[in-house]
Amino acid sequence: MSFERTQEKLKILADAAKYDVSCASSGSNRSNTNKGLGDATGMGICHSYTEDGRCVSLLKILLTNYCIFDCAYCVTRKSNDIKRAAFQVQEVVDLTINFYRRNYIEGLFLSSGIFKSADYTMERLVAVAKKLRLEENFNGYIHLKSIPGASDELMKEAGLYADRLSVNIEIPTKEGLKLLAPEKNREDFIKPMIKVKNEIIQYQSEKKIIKSTPKFAPAGQSTQMIIGASGESDQQIMWTSNYFYKKFNLKRVYYSGYIPISYDSRLPQIGTDVPMLRENRLYQTDWLMRFYGFEVHEILNNEHQNLDLDVDPKLGWALRNMDFFPVDVNKADKLMLARIPGLGMKSVYKIIQARQFRKLNWDHLKRMGVALNRAKYFLVCDSRDFERRDLTGPQLKSIILQNSTSKYQTILSPQLNLFG
Amino acid sequence: MVIPEEHTLIYDGTFDGFLTGVFHIYELKLQTVIFQKPENLQESLFGNKVEITTDLEKADRVWKGIKSKTSAKGSYRLYSAFLSEQPQIETLLLKYIQQAFKSSRPIDSDFSNETVLKVSQIAKSVGREKHRMEAFVRFRLTNDGIYFASVEPDFDVLPLISKHFKSRYADQKWIIYDLKRGYGLYYDLEKVELMQLSLPEGFDATKTKSDYFTASELEFQTLWQDYFESTNIASRKNMKLHVQHVPKRYWKYLSEKLR
Ligand code: SF4
Repeated sequence: MSFERTQEKLKILADAAKYDVSCASSGSNRSNTNKGLGDATGMGICHSYTEDGRCVSLLKILLTNYCIFDCAYCVTRKSNDIKRAAFQVQEVVDLTINFYRRNYIEGLFLSSGIFKSADYTMERLVAVAKKLRLEENFNGYIHLKSIPGASDELMKEAGLYADRLSVNIEIPTKEGLKLLAPEKNREDFIKPMIKVKNEIIQYQSEKKIIKSTPKFAPAGQSTQMIIGASGESDQQIMWTSNYFYKKFNLKRVYYSGYIPISYDSRLPQIGTDVPMLRENRLYQTDWLMRFYGFEVHEILNNEHQNLDLDVDPKLGWALRNMDFFPVDVNKADKLMLARIPGLGMKSVYKIIQARQFRKLNWDHLKRMGVALNRAKYFLVCDSRDFERRDLTGPQLKSIILQNSTSKYQTILSPQLNLFG
Repeated sequence: MVIPEEHTLIYDGTFDGFLTGVFHIYELKLQTVIFQKPENLQESLFGNKVEITTDLEKADRVWKGIKSKTSAKGSYRLYSAFLSEQPQIETLLLKYIQQAFKSSRPIDSDFSNETVLKVSQIAKSVGREKHRMEAFVRFRLTNDGIYFASVEPDFDVLPLISKHFKSRYADQKWIIYDLKRGYGLYYDLEKVELMQLSLPEGFDATKTKSDYFTASELEFQTLWQDYFESTNIASRKNMKLHVQHVPKRYWKYLSEKLR
């Protein structure tokens, strides 16, 4: 491996890959076999953080940034005047192994511009993963991008070596896609997703009968949407997301605030702020759907097409549904506890465990680390002291906002404590 | 009125030593007890001094007892809290053990109990340090073919991270060395052992000199630093958040921060 050439390529191809937000390296169950290298059983570690506070856990690069397509929102698009480069398969393998051995990374996230054809590109991505697994006995994490339009056979092979596969749907609505990436169609994104989903289902049923069935994408599939590039509403984004979660058993959907990269008149202009707070609200909503038992239409519907920016979506829901409260922490079930604003799932579990020993009062809750500044308006406990005023949603909102100005005015990053 | 005599148990600072001490407390029905390590023994102590000789068998009996009275999480927390090395941690843990032995059901999920809560909070910060080490250890390949990393963790967490590194780096020799406490873990492709190094005079753990490290080591460091730099998105820069995740005291061991 020639150091200077690799260095030059790495700069270009890491730079081009950084806009893909997914950094997850968890959810797999690939353990170290035959005393090889690596192990992807755990939670996935952030080995470092970028200066904007995002987790660095994978070597995230493009195989090449040559591309035959011209999607308006993408830096790699054909018409963009940038330096181009392409890695050799072996170069990516060497980088991955050597970074991994030094404990820099959890594994590889390999994506690519589309050169020649979808299959030609996908074939090379698969070759990297295959080499890592079979020649290097590498058991670390591998995330491959499924190239839209790639054949079923290649997708199947990809799943044998990768822990996770993803196709970015990028633009939440069909209309948006037509405007910004007219050469692409939605079916091409969806086809590899269906294939992978079916293979995973088949793997799971075969696994029950034959223990040694080779793993198929054990960390599942994910996708990403760009936020704020095509004028879509939060409702459109989250309903799309919900559809993909349900229909394709996705593990994660990522939301990426559009970073202006061109003067194309179809898009927000360079200098426009990245919608980070909106991005954060979408992640919070996603969390509520996946872990807190909320249905998407409870939070976003025709009356409420966009999320509040000044309060988080759980508080927003509570303020619109005051008749659900107050909740009795000594009696309520898990799902009801989880709906109390300010209470994270960790606190919910602590409450459920601790209340078996004695009835909990304010003091207990405080000592357990439950954040009460908001929660106190929505719960009762073993105390005669509780919010007695019959406040309406808007009244309560203004009280809460007055008491916690700073918290709601700072812009949060998506990776911060979501319900801290 | 009988004033219970105060006993000072002098032990070697190891967890087994501590458990042996607990064994004596139960055996001799001691009431008021303070644990001390020989190196910070205080002179003006009243009462009775007892020297504890670590006894693995006794320690094991106590440990089994603890395990039968707590959940797996509970005993792990107890051990983690011990590794915090906080002053008088032994007193708190003794209290925890006494309560656990007395109670008819595992107390470790009783988060409204002050002792339980404190132990779990301390264990939590030790756990955080463990995770940081798993994340921030940076190996460099030495001329002897060993991947070497030096660290200075806030707590004595090497015993907690051993398993993680062993199952991950099963096919390479490695050393993780705690410069602060003067000992390390060495994996020789078979097992992990505790070891002590006599580091060369003037050895600077933050420099990658060719006396010790392979030629390609600097190249990989450079590639990694480049990679790290190109992951930043200027329009999203937020150094406050960055430092919150990667506190400055760890920077000197992070290859990506050595520019
Ligand atoms: S096909 Fe992919 S890489 Fe190519 S321009 Fe479109 S989004 Fe960018």
